[in-house]
Amino acid sequence: MTTHETGPIVKAGGAAADYVDERVGVSKFLKKNLTKVFPDHWSFMLGEIALYSFIVLLLSGTFLALFFKPSMTEVTYHGSYVYLDGIRMSEAYASTLDISFDVRGGLLMRQVHHWAALLFMAAITVHLMRVFFTGAFRKPRELNWLIGNILLTMGILEGFAGYSLPDDLLSGTGLRIAQGIVQGIPVVGTYAAMMIFGGQFPGTDFIPRLYIVHVLLIPGAILGLITAHLMLVWYQKHTQFPGPGRTERNVVGYPLFPVYTAKAGGFFFIVFGVTVLLSAVASINPVWLFGPYTPTQITAGSQPDWYMGWLDGALRLMPNVEINAWGRTLSLNVFIPSVVIPGIIFTALALYPFLEQWATGDKREHHLLDRPRNMPTRTGIGTMSLAFYVLLWIGGDNDIIATHFDMSINQITWALRVMVFVVPPLVFVITKRFCLALQRRDRDKLLHGYETGTIMRMPSGEYIEVHAPVSDEERVKLLAGRVYRPLEIDREPDENGVRPKRKPLDAARARISAFYYAEQISKPTPDELTEAEHHALALSDSYAAQVESGVSPPSVDGGH
Amino acid sequence: MSVNSEAAAPGSGGDQHDALDTQDAHGVETSAHAQNPLAPGLPEHRLRRTDIDPRAAKRAERQVSLLFAIGALTPIIFFIGYVYIPNDKLILIPLIGTTSASNLFLGLTMGLGLFCIGAGAIHWAKKLMPDVEEVAERHQIRGTDAERDLAVAQFNAGVESSGFGQYKLIRRTLIGALAATPLFAVPLLKDLGPMPATLLRYTIWAKGVRIVTDVSLAPIKPEDIPFGGLVSCVPANLAAVEKATGTLNARAKVPVVLVRLRPEEIRSQQGKNWDYQGILCYSKICTHVGCPTALYDQKSHHLLCPCHQSTFDLADSGHVVFGPAARSMPQLAITVDAEGYLVAQGDFTQPVGPSFWERG
Repeated sequence: MTTHETGPIVKAGGAAADYVDERVGVSKFLKKNLTKVFPDHWSFMLGEIALYSFIVLLLSGTFLALFFKPSMTEVTYHGSYVYLDGIRMSEAYASTLDISFDVRGGLLMRQVHHWAALLFMAAITVHLMRVFFTGAFRKPRELNWLIGNILLTMGILEGFAGYSLPDDLLSGTGLRIAQGIVQGIPVVGTYAAMMIFGGQFPGTDFIPRLYIVHVLLIPGAILGLITAHLMLVWYQKHTQFPGPGRTERNVVGYPLFPVYTAKAGGFFFIVFGVTVLLSAVASINPVWLFGPYTPTQITAGSQPDWYMGWLDGALRLMPNVEINAWGRTLSLNVFIPSVVIPGIIFTALALYPFLEQWATGDKREHHLLDRPRNMPTRTGIGTMSLAFYVLLWIGGDNDIIATHFDMSINQITWALRVMVFVVPPLVFVITKRFCLALQRRDRDKLLHGYETGTIMRMPSGEYIEVHAPVSDEERVKLLAGRVYRPLEIDREPDENGVRPKRKPLDAARARISAFYYAEQISKPTPDELTEAEHHALALSDSYAAQVESGVSPPSVDGGH
Repeated sequence: MSVNSEAAAPGSGGDQHDALDTQDAHGVETSAHAQNPLAPGLPEHRLRRTDIDPRAAKRAERQVSLLFAIGALTPIIFFIGYVYIPNDKLILIPLIGTTSASNLFLGLTMGLGLFCIGAGAIHWAKKLMPDVEEVAERHQIRGTDAERDLAVAQFNAGVESSGFGQYKLIRRTLIGALAATPLFAVPLLKDLGPMPATLLRYTIWAKGVRIVTDVSLAPIKPEDIPFGGLVSCVPANLAAVEKATGTLNARAKVPVVLVRLRPEEIRSQQGKNWDYQGILCYSKICTHVGCPTALYDQKSHHLLCPCHQSTFDLADSGHVVFGPAARSMPQLAITVDAEGYLVAQGDFTQPVGPSFWERG
C-alpha cells in the first residue's frame, strides 16, 4: 500500500467521479458519509449475514426463475432422472427435476438458494435475539424493531412459499396442511381457501399464484423494508457496547471507507462462498427422492423447514377441541395453534419495546447497549419466550424423537403439552436469578477486585487471597447500565388536601414496573469505589512489606 | 409519575490517558490510575506487527494478493469443470457419499473463489488498513425547535392555501372517495375462486362405484384383503373424472383404506351393515388438516396420520383416540356387486377432510 500504486486509480476514478458529480452531485453525499463511523462487534455481523443471504437469494433465485415453470399442468416425465421416467407429474415438479439433472450448475444453484434461505431465517432469528437481549430496540429504534418484525414474518412466508413451489410430495403435503388451516378459519375460512386455491384443493391455479407471490410480491416488500431498515441504521447510527471512551453521545469504530467497506464487502463474499461450499457438499431438499405430489400419498416423518417447525409443533400439541353448534363448526384444534398463537406471539414481539418503555417511564434515547444481566426481567422474558419456542419446535419433531429414541409418541406429546406451560415460567425465574447473581458478582468485583489466586499469610497466621482491582476498561464495562427503580404513583395529597386523580391504567403500570424493577442490585457509588480502592492499596502495601521483610508468601498458582 | 433511576454510568470520557495495569517486580498487581478512573478515554492504540515490521507488512500483502489471485483463477477452473464434467457423473466421496461430480466440482471452485475474495478483503482490512478506532459525535435525531416550527408553519400554510380546512364539502367528499377506492378490488378479486356452495360436501363416490387399488386401479374382491392388511384405494371412476377435469381435486377427497377385521373385533361402526363381512372402508384423509393417513397398526386397528399423529380407531367407528384431530374418520358403506367386487353403497354421508365453518 504505497501512494504511487494508488495514484493512477485515483486519477482514473477522478474523471468518472467528476462526470457523476456534475450530474448527480454525489460528492455532497460522499463527503459526509465516507468517513461515517461504524462500531465493531461480532454480534453486529448477524444482521449482515441476513442481508448478504438475501442478496445470494436474489442472485440464485433469478437463475432458477430462468428455468422453472410454475405450472400445475400434468406432464409425463422423460428427463435424465430415470427412476421417475414415465411418471405423471406437474410441470413445476418436472422443471425442478430438469434444473437438478439437466441444467448444468442447476442443482448447485437450487441448493445455494435453499441453503441461503435457511441461513437467511437463522440469521434473522439470531439477530433478533441480539437486538432483544441488548436492548437495541429502545428509543429511538422502536420503528426499526417493527420493520425487523415484519421482515421476520415475511421471511417465514417467503421461505414457505419457496419450498412449496417444486410441487414434490413433501411440499405438497405442507400445502395441504396450509389449505386445511385456511379452510378451518371461522366464518371466512371456506371462502378464503376457495379464493386462494381457485377452488378445491389442489386445483391448478395455486402454484402460478404462489410463484408471483414468491418472486415478486414478498421479495419486493422485503427489499423495500431492508432498505428502510438500513437507512434508519444509517441515520440513527449504530448502537455500541459500553467501554472506555464510548458514551451515549458518540460512536466509536472504524470509518466506512476504507475499513468497513473492505470488512463488510469481504464478509459478503465469505457468506456467499460458505453457502456455495455448503451446497457443494451437503444435499438439501432432494425433491427427486420425494416424488411428485399426489393427494393420496405421504411419507412418514415429514418435516418442514426449520423455521416452520414451531408452527407445526403447535398444531401437533394442541388437544382436539372442536365446537359444533347451530350448524357451524369452530375448529379450535386448528385455529388456535395456527392462527391465534402465532398472532399473539408476533403481536407481543412487536409491542415489546413499547411495553418496556411504559414500565420504565424512560423516554430518553439509548445508544449504549445493555448487558443482558443488567436487565434481569427483560432477559428472563426473552429466555422464557425462547423456551416456549423451542418446546413447540421439539413438538414438531415428536414423531422423529419417538422413532429415534424408541419412545411413546403419546407420552412425548403429553409431556410437551405440560411442559409448554411449566417450563417457560421456570426458565424466567432461573434466568432472573442468574442475572441478579451476576450483578452481585459485578458489584463484588468492583468493590473487592478480582481474585488473583495469590494466597497471603497475615502476621496473625491467617491466610487470605489477594484481590486486585479490575482494570479501568473492565470497570467501565461493569459500571455501565442504568439501575431503574419501579415507578411510583404519586398518591400524596397536595397542599389543599386533594389527592391527584389516578389514571385508569396507573395501577397496572405500577405493577408492571415493579415486576420489572423491584429487584435490582445497586451499582457501587463513586465513594464506595474510592473507599474500596484505599482498602485494596493498604492490603497490597502490607503484602509488599511482608515480601520485603523476607517472609515468603506461599503461592497457589505456581509462581509468577 | 417520575423516573427513578440511578445513572451509574460515568459521563463522557474525554482525553485518552494511560490506564495500563502494571505488575511490579514481585508480581503484585497494582493499577496506575489517572485522574478520572471512572471515565477513562479510549484504550491506547497498540501497533500491529504489520505497522512496525516491514517484512510482516510485505507478508500480509503477499497473503492478500494470493487470496485475490485464487479468486481470479477459480472461475477458469470452474469453467473447465463446466465443460468437461458430464452432468450425470456420480462419484463416491467419503463422508459425503455418492454425489454429483459436477455439483461438487462447480460448488467447490465457486465457493472457494468467493470465499478467498472475502478472506482477502478482510485480511487486507485487518492487517494493512488503519486500525485506529475513531470517535464520531452523534447528532441530535429530532429537528431543532426552530426546524420543527418552520415545518409546522409551512405545512399549515399549505393547508391554509389549499383550502383543505375551509372547504368542508371538498374535504369530506375526498375522504369518502379515497375510502371507497378499495371497493374496486372486491368484485375484481371475486373470480379468484368459486363460491364454496356444497363443493366440500360431496365426492365422486356413488352407489355401485367399484373400489379399486390406488396406482394399479385393480378391482378388489373381499378375499383379496387379508386379516390385518390395509389397502389404499380410490373409486374406479377417478381416472375418467381426472381426465375430464384435468385436476387432482377429486383425488384429494376420495382416497379410502380397506381393512379386514374379525367380526368380533368390530366394536362399532358408523352405520348398520356398512362393512362387508368384516371389511371396513374409511376415508384416508385426516379430519385434522387433510393429510393422507397411512400408518396402520394391525393389532390395535389404529390408523395414524404421519403429519400430526392423530390416531383413529378403525375398530370403533374411526373415533379419535389421540392427537389433534377432533372428528372420527368418515366411513364409507360398502358391499359387493353382481360380479363379487367391492363397491360403495353410496357417497360419504358427511364431508371428508378438514373441518370448515359451514360444516356443522
